[in-house]
Amino acid sequence: MSFLDYFRSEKRRSASVAKERLQIIVARERSGRGGPDYLPKLQEELLSVIRKYVQVSDDAVRMEVEHEGNCDVLELNITLPEGGEGNAQTGRR
Amino acid sequence: MAKILVVTSGKGGVGKTTTSAAFAAGLARRGYKTVVVDFDVGLRNLDLIMGCERRVVYDFVNVINGEANLNQALIRDKRVEDLYILPASQTRDKDALTQEGVEQVLDTLSEQFDYIVCDSPAGIERGANLAMYFADEALVVTNPEVSSVRDSDRVLGLLASKTRRAEQGKEPVGEHLLITRYAPSRVGKGEMLSVEDVREILAIDLLGVIPESTAVLNASNAGVPVILEDRTDAGQAYDDAVARFLGEEREHRFLTEKKGLFGRIFGG
Repeated sequence: MSFLDYFRSEKRRSASVAKERLQIIVARERSGRGGPDYLPKLQEELLSVIRKYVQVSDDAVRMEVEHEGNCDVLELNITLPEGGEGNAQTGRR
Repeated sequence: MAKILVVTSGKGGVGKTTTSAAFAAGLARRGYKTVVVDFDVGLRNLDLIMGCERRVVYDFVNVINGEANLNQALIRDKRVEDLYILPASQTRDKDALTQEGVEQVLDTLSEQFDYIVCDSPAGIERGANLAMYFADEALVVTNPEVSSVRDSDRVLGLLASKTRRAEQGKEPVGEHLLITRYAPSRVGKGEMLSVEDVREILAIDLLGVIPESTAVLNASNAGVPVILEDRTDAGQAYDDAVARFLGEEREHRFLTEKKGLFGRIFGG
């Protein structure tokens, strides 16, 4: 820490912004990895179907593929907005 | 049986070819018979960095197509014994490399060499896929910058799934992080991701850190692998990385700024 850092510390360092952004995007991209190639497309189409009924954001649909013994399990997690129409619930699986 | 090493990154311009040339020269200088193979079909550049561009007669694709044999296409380095270059072709045919063809060439090289260094093209297309497919070890070259780190992470995903080792369920490809163009002064000012930041995000073993250095451009201007410039910071950093790769313990250098008294008081 040098003398001049005292005046610099007001502004947030760009490197820490970079790190935070990277951690988020990398975690998101890793979660969709290792699954079948059709997964992103499936996710996109699911989103458009859901949006016919309720407005959800882009990251409302989360999919993960888990390997269990001889089979793969596709886990689908749809987060509906709170107070949405009808029987919308959060984190219903 | 040679060990196959891929130098990869996803992003372009981060120093794959510089690293391939340096690493191959470093391995050969330690007595390992080494060949460095350019997989960037259509955009050949390893020959320039190695300083043998005027000696290219036949290339990788000629060998795959049976138009030349390997010994006709291999270029022997004039400075380092046991160092050979297999140049890429300048054809614009993207399908010139085939998996069978590459496998055959690597198998033949494997009989004569200790190390095969595969210089991957940027991107995640065919050339890049084939460069990593047969690898035993991977050097992931990353700049401390958001797009490069993200692309490196993507490439790590491919190494874990789209390689021969992954498909055959063998021991995974060894992953080694090489951070290049590192500027400690900018890290100190909070303008650049630190070694620790990058390592934390990518979560793989750190092989080396190459400082941003005028020596790299000077060496490429002259067609000399920068590792042969023993007195330069980048050359020494590459030499450390090669030593670590071969199992030697070496402390990381060039991670902090060299500062005089003035810099210590007023610099950041």
